[in-house]
Amino acid sequence: MRDITLADLCIFACSEAFRTEREIVATGIGPIPRIGAGLAKLTHSPGLLMTDGEAYLVEQPVPLGPRGDYSPKFAGYLPFSRFFDSAVWSGRRHAMVTPTQIDRFGQTNLSRLGGTHAHPKTQMLGVRGFPGNSVYHTNSMFVPAHSPRVFVSSEVDMISSAGYNPARRIPGGNYSSIDLKRIVTNLCVMDFGGTGQAIRVISLHPGVTFEQVQKATGFALEQGALIETPLPGEELLAIIDQLDPHSIRASVIKDNPPARPKS
Amino acid sequence: MTVLDKRMTPAEIVGVLKDGMTIGIGGWGPRRKPMALVREILRSPLRDLTIVAYGGADVGMLCAAGKVRKLVFAFVSLDAIPLEPWFRKAREAGQIEVLELDEGMLQWGLKAAAFGLPFLPTRVGLGTDLAELNGLKTVQSPYPDREVLIAMPPIKLDAALLHVNRSDWRGNVQLLGPDTHYDAWFAKAAERTFVSCEELVERMEDAYPEDATSNEIERCFVSGVTQIRYGAHPSSMPPAYGWDMKAFKAYTDAARDPGDWTVVAQRFVDTNEAAYLSNFGGKEAVAALPLPIF
Repeated sequence: MRDITLADLCIFACSEAFRTEREIVATGIGPIPRIGAGLAKLTHSPGLLMTDGEAYLVEQPVPLGPRGDYSPKFAGYLPFSRFFDSAVWSGRRHAMVTPTQIDRFGQTNLSRLGGTHAHPKTQMLGVRGFPGNSVYHTNSMFVPAHSPRVFVSSEVDMISSAGYNPARRIPGGNYSSIDLKRIVTNLCVMDFGGTGQAIRVISLHPGVTFEQVQKATGFALEQGALIETPLPGEELLAIIDQLDPHSIRASVIKDNPPARPKS
Repeated sequence: MTVLDKRMTPAEIVGVLKDGMTIGIGGWGPRRKPMALVREILRSPLRDLTIVAYGGADVGMLCAAGKVRKLVFAFVSLDAIPLEPWFRKAREAGQIEVLELDEGMLQWGLKAAAFGLPFLPTRVGLGTDLAELNGLKTVQSPYPDREVLIAMPPIKLDAALLHVNRSDWRGNVQLLGPDTHYDAWFAKAAERTFVSCEELVERMEDAYPEDATSNEIERCFVSGVTQIRYGAHPSSMPPAYGWDMKAFKAYTDAARDPGDWTVVAQRFVDTNEAAYLSNFGGKEAVAALPLPIF
């Protein structure tokens, strides 16, 4: 059996986040969420719909990077021009993204940092589709470098996606579809099962302590029934290799250490 | 009698545009952008524009050249280069006014404009900073649910600019490729829509009747047509050619110190399209750009 890296472990955790009985679109943005979505589809959640990264639906997840002789087989069609109708605003989607900031309410930011809206210190992408995603369908997050710069102590600088913050609710508004599922990081897996949907650590990666996670987080975390994040078995590793033949996943987490630190 | 010959030169199209207008630009990020028409704007004295776009280098260049007073956007990105460098510079200098929207809200606003409605209701924006920053109002359902929603106002365009694969002189267009994004709604939200095309044919019914389902925008929404082959470069125009990531990298690198747009514009805008294309290896090189892999 080959060595299991932290990237492999995170991919497995991401695939568990995507676990569902429903037929919904799985969107994993970035190599680890994308491979995780593919792994979910090929194992426990065959109902997931997935695109080739552009406009076509595929039943066989498209491997990352240069494809050689492989060409994706199109089973369906879901272009951007239909995306809001068919996936987002119908609630038939689970997206996993990497925001720049996340706060204790699960609100995220990828628009801008510092300064004011008229004159930001650092301009990033803009809110993209985050506001709509957050009020309409399930969302998860992947954070390759767990730190207080990402998990901020106050609210995020610009709320790009809605979370569970009572202060940001307009009376009469329908927030019932906000569904934040998992946060997978290089240290742990968290969910929103704490008091009042607070963020809670549910598993620690091998060799990581709760105190370590807390120190790398700008707000107080709750503890679930902590377990060690499981490692993928041989069969799953083979699927991961098939979905990522050039090992692009190895470049995501700093130094991509072994999943279980060598003692 | 209705004049159906809609052929114009790029300069005539830009000549119709006026300072202070709201102009929608089709495409998405580094895909299907009417870049040749954008370059024509960059060569003109036009200014104080409000630009509405799923933004890529079109937005970056117009910001860098000081053409933009206000930007209506959800993102500005070159995809493989996530952050558009010249847009960033303009924002971080506090140089432009913005209306920052969700991607779905932006097309919703175009649809409100297309249908002549005062607003379209949506849940998008609830729980975020968008409503407050943009002064968006709410509306309550008159039905028993009494739900409170955000009232997305119309995004009315004075003009829309699109790059399409084919057109005839009457404005019967065909949009090919895997995804045409929201081009049709930019056209319908606009007072007038001007298209540049890769291929101008005499009569679409004689040239490509088999592709009539690609006529995503009926000709009543098209006011002017001009043929500009490779007019989307450096963005992609599937199935004809992919994006020019080498050009985007050079454009991105040039934004760093000293980051002088007037120097960059000599290569990325130049004095005319033929000169511009020769800066990137000419037509053969653009035609050979591979389609991107995702």
